[in-house]
Amino acid sequence: MEVKDIYIKNMKTGDFKENEYLEEYVKELKNNGVNIFISKIDDVINWGRSNSVWPLTFATSCCGIEFMCLGAARYDFARFGWEVTRNSPRQADVVFVCGTIVHKMAPVLKRLYDQMAEPKYVMAFGSCAISGGPFKSSYHTVMGVDEVIPVDVYIPGCPPRPDAMIYGMMQLARKIKMQEFFRLPLQPDMKPYLEAEQEELKEKEEVADGTSK
Amino acid sequence: MGQVNEKLSTLAFAVVEENGKTLNVTVPKENLYETASFLRKSCNCDFLMDIVGMDYTDSLGTVYNLSNTQDPAQLVALKTTTSDRENPLLDSVHDLWESAGLYEREVYDFLGIRFLNHPDMRRLFLRQDWKGHPLRKDYDANPALNPVPMENEPIEDMETVPAIELKMGQPVESTRKLFAEDEYIVNFGPQHPATHGVLHLRVSLEGEIIKKIDPNFGYIHRGIEKMSEAYTYPQILHLTDRLDYLSGTINRHAVCLCCEKALELEVPERAHYIRTIFDELTRIASHLLGWGCMAMDMGSITAFVYGMRDREKIMDIFEETAGARLMVNYNVIGGVAQDIHPDFQRKVKEFIPYMRKMLKEHHLLFTGNPIARGRMEGVGYLSREQAVSLGTTGPSGRASGWSNDVRKIEPYAAYRHADFKEVLRREGMTFDRYIIRLDEILESLNIIEQLIDNIPEGAYAAKTKAIIRLPEGEFFQRVENARGEFDVYINSKGDKSPYRIKFRSPCMTLVNTLIPTTVGSKVADLIMIGASLDYVVPCIDR
Repeated sequence: MEVKDIYIKNMKTGDFKENEYLEEYVKELKNNGVNIFISKIDDVINWGRSNSVWPLTFATSCCGIEFMCLGAARYDFARFGWEVTRNSPRQADVVFVCGTIVHKMAPVLKRLYDQMAEPKYVMAFGSCAISGGPFKSSYHTVMGVDEVIPVDVYIPGCPPRPDAMIYGMMQLARKIKMQEFFRLPLQPDMKPYLEAEQEELKEKEEVADGTSK
Repeated sequence: MGQVNEKLSTLAFAVVEENGKTLNVTVPKENLYETASFLRKSCNCDFLMDIVGMDYTDSLGTVYNLSNTQDPAQLVALKTTTSDRENPLLDSVHDLWESAGLYEREVYDFLGIRFLNHPDMRRLFLRQDWKGHPLRKDYDANPALNPVPMENEPIEDMETVPAIELKMGQPVESTRKLFAEDEYIVNFGPQHPATHGVLHLRVSLEGEIIKKIDPNFGYIHRGIEKMSEAYTYPQILHLTDRLDYLSGTINRHAVCLCCEKALELEVPERAHYIRTIFDELTRIASHLLGWGCMAMDMGSITAFVYGMRDREKIMDIFEETAGARLMVNYNVIGGVAQDIHPDFQRKVKEFIPYMRKMLKEHHLLFTGNPIARGRMEGVGYLSREQAVSLGTTGPSGRASGWSNDVRKIEPYAAYRHADFKEVLRREGMTFDRYIIRLDEILESLNIIEQLIDNIPEGAYAAKTKAIIRLPEGEFFQRVENARGEFDVYINSKGDKSPYRIKFRSPCMTLVNTLIPTTVGSKVADLIMIGASLDYVVPCIDR
């Protein structure tokens, strides 16, 4: 069990459910081979990164209230170093998508995501952000934020309890700890987006060439 | 009632029917403005609660729900229809009631009815380039027509204001620019922590002084009203919790009461008591959060943490009985979902003295703070006349001296068994809107204290049929939400789902109130005044 290598101070490995995807992830990384020196630096950097994740204050509806509870005295995510909520996307590491995303909001969310600096993460809070939830049959709802931006952690619930949110946060902390900081832009889950972007650029160039000729 | 009826009999074209406490007045569309101004000026109907846009399949129409401040229990529903589905035009009443401006834009957005002489006929919720009007029965919901956009709405579209005017008996279309070329415009939102949600305010500034505000809605418009037309009544209940999530229980109570009224269902007294206690606990939780957020907007994070700490006690009580913290989903048609937890009464009784003690601490901690008072006193004046005209209900209206508490006007559930007073203030400043919420918490504690020991024994819910079908007709129910008057209008054709359901959101008028209260004051006061009005955006957008 390679996942046991990843040490999270606040939670034992056995307390996490469904580790398969992380195991596959670790296997893939190991197969590719890593420089020992760099991987040691990685460990130190990732230890720091996973314990000081700065979330963006982004809430569209009900889940935002539970997010506020998470920030207040009882659940207190400051214990994990996540309390520095930023109002500007340029200073944030993770966006908690709390609530329904609708047609009018989707481009705004995309722009916020684009403005965040790499490495950046997305957590989908609640059933609306996951799949449209109770508003699935509406004409104006986006069926899950993953139609707009890539998502790292999904937290089900309507709204999820703050405890569930903490569990999701720990999952993301583990994911951060596994990444290779110096090779971040080539993370497997980033590839399709980069390729799509390059294709778009190519198309644009072709169009530009065509008009200039 | 008789007076209005008598006065209306002078209008030959008006068809008047009496339906309980509501007076239904039907007029042809040519006489709409005349009747509306007659009702406003001669019959004293100074409070326009809501405009409901209707699609009767063969014609389109509107229902104006009116009330008056002298006899608030009496309601007038003014109805009109137009058979032109291609280019429906009706007279605007925005100059009679200030609140009508936004309501008419909403009707245009959802049903495509344009209002003559209305200065601003933009869509309210959907993007300006949206195809179709969703609340029409023949609306094409094909997602290919309106795909998820990847670009923000162009500023051009937001600023171009179409209008339609009647000149020499002919409707003339025109467009104008909302802001002049050299105006300095600042965007607040849609992603801004002080707008309490995803509200987009475009503010025109002159130095630090606010000249003009243009609110943009729809960033969390989920189409609840259209969805409800395909859902059964028990299914709709789940959506109402998510309208204004801070007073979800009360919203749900309103729909339950409306359905019970239509079904003529006898609800057990025990259910009434439990519902009332839950409503009041919700109100306290909502006011505590409102108080904390207002303090946080001023920069006092400590007060926010204190408010949330006390709120957690209520969340625990909810969780024990209903199984959830925020979305309790507890009221059902005919009563409540399950009986209260054996510890419920004990915990609530423990909570009351605790909260009273903490309120004193909150006052000590924050209300007396000279910086806080300096930012709240003498800022954001709202007069009583303006509050009535804008339809600013709830604590914000009561801070201006308008007695509008539905719990007093039409006592529903167990409020008639409780002795409580309506908290009123006269000055109408930001500070009054702040202090009135803390006073209301005390009043809510009084209500709970009177009810908690007297919960009668018996069943907690009446038996209903497996499939609930409402009889044919129109049903209307008002309740007092934590932010103001929440109304439900159901038009039923006898099916298991409503033909049309409309929720009156108290928050939309609160945002409208922001405009007259802030214009002329400093930009920093906008945050303060907005926080004191305490609106919740998903309630506006629905």
